[in-house]
Amino acid sequence: MKKEEIPQDDGALNKLTKEVVYAVDSSGKYSSELSTGWDVKTKALDLAWEDIEKRIEAARQKVLNNEASPILYFLELRLMDMGILAAYTGFWKWTIKNHLKPAAFKNLSQQKLQKYADAFNVSVEELKTMNVHDN
Amino acid sequence: MCMTTEFEHLQAAHCENGVTTNLLRSAGATQLTEPLVFGIGSGLFYVQLPFLVINNGPAIAFRTMPGLIFKRTCDALGIPVFRKKFSSRETGKKYLDDCLAKGQPVGAQVGVYYLTYFPKEYRFHFNAHNMIVFGKEDDRYLISDPVMEIPTSLTEYELDRVRFAKGAFAPRGQIYYPLEKRIVSDEQVAKAIVKGIKRNVTHMLRIPGNVAGVNGIAGTGKKIKKWKDKLGDEKAGLYLAQLVRMQEEIGTGGGGFRYIYGAFLQEAHAFHPIDELLDISKIFTEAGDKWRTAAVQAAGIYKGRIGSQADYNVMGDYLIEISEIEKKAFKALSKIKWNT
Repeated sequence: MKKEEIPQDDGALNKLTKEVVYAVDSSGKYSSELSTGWDVKTKALDLAWEDIEKRIEAARQKVLNNEASPILYFLELRLMDMGILAAYTGFWKWTIKNHLKPAAFKNLSQQKLQKYADAFNVSVEELKTMNVHDN
Repeated sequence: MCMTTEFEHLQAAHCENGVTTNLLRSAGATQLTEPLVFGIGSGLFYVQLPFLVINNGPAIAFRTMPGLIFKRTCDALGIPVFRKKFSSRETGKKYLDDCLAKGQPVGAQVGVYYLTYFPKEYRFHFNAHNMIVFGKEDDRYLISDPVMEIPTSLTEYELDRVRFAKGAFAPRGQIYYPLEKRIVSDEQVAKAIVKGIKRNVTHMLRIPGNVAGVNGIAGTGKKIKKWKDKLGDEKAGLYLAQLVRMQEEIGTGGGGFRYIYGAFLQEAHAFHPIDELLDISKIFTEAGDKWRTAAVQAAGIYKGRIGSQADYNVMGDYLIEISEIEKKAFKALSKIKWNT
């Protein structure tokens, strides 16, 4: 990539910092330069987030239809998989799988609900209602 | 309370390169730059792990495993390293505070999901980010995150939370730093460069199968041609987007780290005046450029501007071409006669 071809497009990262890229000058010598972003990869990241939003919405519908417990919704909302949630809560994966059923979720003790709430960084009330106010 | 250490923040493309460069420079290895560290650490790689899906896309990497660049660079230069994980937050915090009180800047592995200064769009459960903690003012830790232009800071709670993030590659509070100040000689750097290049040749040319190295690139190229039929347009688009993110996102320096490697070979020339190094550097520039051309093609597909089977074939063929270009480059590197 030539220096004058370094894209200077807008991207999410731009809020934080410019990023270092390596490019050659007219004599072919490399140096590190700064870029504000590249729309090709901005679109790639946007697409990943659109997919996440779809998953979150699909999970919310499943909970509303009583096909899954709110844990499914928060798994998607917090970008977690079973392994990550197991690590944060200390529950086994198969235990969590069971808690994904609405009936099992309704019978959870306050203490277990609190563990999930902590892992998802919400209150128990928010966990039950899926009504989250993130700052 | 105010503790600061002797430390200079330099921005880098990649976090591990940057932490390695900055920590070792402050410990006396002042010749080191990001490209030198990347090359000495044999950072260039390609792998698509079969059967594994990460963030609902293919598991592709353009560089070596996290942690290895730091380890290999220190090993090659004979710099002893201290590394420690912690079972509790309290001991992890106390150890860090003691280091800072002694004037020791410390490398730390962290997760980015709770990294408050990162934009939300970048906060996935990725646990192999690296930063340097170089001081403390009241309850704020002074942080040199190499991907940022300037140093920043985190509260005790914020740093605690990212040091003890959970999931794959959980950092468990891991910190690391060079144990003593060492002046590194140019001869040592020259030797380390040869070692790094030879190891990188092995990784890219001699791993059997079509998963890793230059064969892995062609392997992905062949798979891409089947993605439209096998996955459908929407999922195939997401897969291509994930490929482009691994290739071009912050940290890569552009072109899937191939430009950093080109810069490394030019810098290596200062230690080994062998003109082939400059010629081979150009081949890596060509490879990086072709990776970016492929990314533009991929974007055409995931933006929905194009998307016929022929378009997927063009995309797959780009990777097959790149595989040949990189094969040529590494074969040329393997034939260099070093004067050491």
